[in-house]
Amino acid sequence: MTFLLQLLNGLQLGSIFALIALGYTMVYGISKLINFAHGDILMWGGYIIYFTIPFFISMGLPLWLSVVPAILFCMALGGVIEKIAYKPLRNSPRIASLITAIGVSLLLQNIVMKYIGTGALTIPKIFKANPNLPVSVNFIITVVTTAVLLTLLMLYMNKSKYGKAILATSEDYDAARLVGINVNTSISLTFVIGSAVAAVGSLLYVAQYAQITPTMGSMLGIKAFVAAVLGGIGSIPGAVLGGFLLGIVENLTRAYISSQLADAFVFGILVVVLLVKPTGIFGKTMKEKV
Amino acid sequence: MKQFKFVPVVALAASLFLTACGSDAGNSAATEASGDTVKVGALAPLTGDVAIYGQTTLNGEQLAVKEINAAGGINGQQIEFIVEDEKGDTTEATNAYTKLQGEGIVALVGDVTSKPTLAVADLANEDAVPMITPTGTQFDITAGKDHVFRVCFTDPFQGLMLAQYADENLSVSKVAILTNNSSDYSQGVAKAFKEEAEKRGLTVVAEESYGDADTDFSAQLTKIAGVGAETLVIPDYYQKIALIASQARDAGVNATFIGPDGWDGVVEQLEGNTEVVDGALFTNHYSVKDSAEKVQNFINAYKAEYNENPSAFSALGYDAVYMLKQAIEEGGSTESDAIVSALSGIQFDGVTGALTFDADHNPVKSVSIIKIENGEYNLDTVLAPK
Repeated sequence: MTFLLQLLNGLQLGSIFALIALGYTMVYGISKLINFAHGDILMWGGYIIYFTIPFFISMGLPLWLSVVPAILFCMALGGVIEKIAYKPLRNSPRIASLITAIGVSLLLQNIVMKYIGTGALTIPKIFKANPNLPVSVNFIITVVTTAVLLTLLMLYMNKSKYGKAILATSEDYDAARLVGINVNTSISLTFVIGSAVAAVGSLLYVAQYAQITPTMGSMLGIKAFVAAVLGGIGSIPGAVLGGFLLGIVENLTRAYISSQLADAFVFGILVVVLLVKPTGIFGKTMKEKV
Repeated sequence: MKQFKFVPVVALAASLFLTACGSDAGNSAATEASGDTVKVGALAPLTGDVAIYGQTTLNGEQLAVKEINAAGGINGQQIEFIVEDEKGDTTEATNAYTKLQGEGIVALVGDVTSKPTLAVADLANEDAVPMITPTGTQFDITAGKDHVFRVCFTDPFQGLMLAQYADENLSVSKVAILTNNSSDYSQGVAKAFKEEAEKRGLTVVAEESYGDADTDFSAQLTKIAGVGAETLVIPDYYQKIALIASQARDAGVNATFIGPDGWDGVVEQLEGNTEVVDGALFTNHYSVKDSAEKVQNFINAYKAEYNENPSAFSALGYDAVYMLKQAIEEGGSTESDAIVSALSGIQFDGVTGALTFDADHNPVKSVSIIKIENGEYNLDTVLAPK
């Protein structure tokens, strides 16, 4: 029984990793950029939820609706970051965009520290607990939301016109451009969608952990990145699977081996994956173009 | 915690104010002959990450100085209180100390947080400057240093008192410990708690830990719930406690939470969700609900001066200044040796309790056990060490 509980704990933690990993993987898939600022977009989403919740309380609306302004804000933020910070560097060496991503991450954190404060802020309970359920309400909502978002995203990518354009762009910029796809739009769209998913992640995060700090995005972001690599960076189902696996490994390590070693195991996985199967579980081997 | 938003503003205002005071003090020192005043140095972080602690401690100290000066000073001499900001940084603290020493202070009140305090304590001891830290809890700060004293109790002492309380007042037998493995404070309390609990025949059924950056504690808490712990000691600061307490109830932990003074502030942190810490108990330096006249007088004076409730830091700062006054009066001199020998044998009765010093200059005093009930901090009992 305890083992089952620990597994479910891991699944819940993993769902949040998965939602952030989706953003990493999509952005990497299309622009070969590891967007280290992605965890900080989730952090900003958390602050938007914090500041809009009083409005929803005063209107008597359910608190989870605060995810709407968070999604809108994060979409805009993701779009603006792409336009200002990454687009001008698209033809530069990849290290330039990587360093910029770290810069953007620090900028996003420091803006919050300067204008809002470095302390932790508390978020009211978003989902009311229901003692009749065998598992917590947060758990059900988190896992179901992740599954639904994954399905929607897969459908969008494979069926819709814009989704197909994104897939084509990620295959080959020049070929996509030749068949009339607006590459710039596709890339921007990817950032915006990834940020929207991160905003949903912030709601699920604050529903479970109820506290936001300016630096909360860093470690989450790095772990989500490991999840994306584990699942196969560039692959959407891979990101979700990687997230789940990572959450479960982290939790079981804490429960049965040692809480001090949890992070060591998580990053150990990254090392092992890179050594044994660098493309991850669902990753496909890229053929060198000649 | 709302006041954090105001910290930068307060800190800025304070630094401007202090700069003004500093130059003022410099001028008066130049024009007046030294000897008319008792020069007391103060160190505190007034800007930076831990400014909130420095600011509230200094408020208490300045209130005491103001009261003493208004009542005629020490042995007829006014206190000249020279404040330096050390930004919570060891290097800054060392430099600020050197500056104060150069101004010819007879004693130092400070520093506030443990790391810089330890650095300054070494220097003050070498220079034979009597030093009283109101709030530095780390054990090494005073150990083996003739000239260094503290008002607050140490981390291990809180762990010891928590074990005594759990055994005698809660009458439990199964205790669990959840510690932050990146915090000296957390480890110090936990270690002493465990030793004392085992000495008293309690069973430690679970010992779990987490890292500083962790926000998910469900694995550890599920384990603790599984072994049926009756008391769970969580030594950490209120922000982490708020997170852990919320998740503990979800994970099915029914144990009574106990903890050290870092718990102070957890109710404000939890805002609308305080039922998760209902019934929790923690050790503190004093309680605003303590009806003792000395405590209430202090609280009223503090509120009148600063328009807010004093924190435990303010009370400790206040006591540090009064303790120095008593030592100078009893020693009959502002000479270092006289102050130190008076301090060593002092019987001081302050806002944070009556105290004497042990061989390591740690206070032997009682602790207030605070119980959280319906989102309020109530004084449960005042516990004397056995």
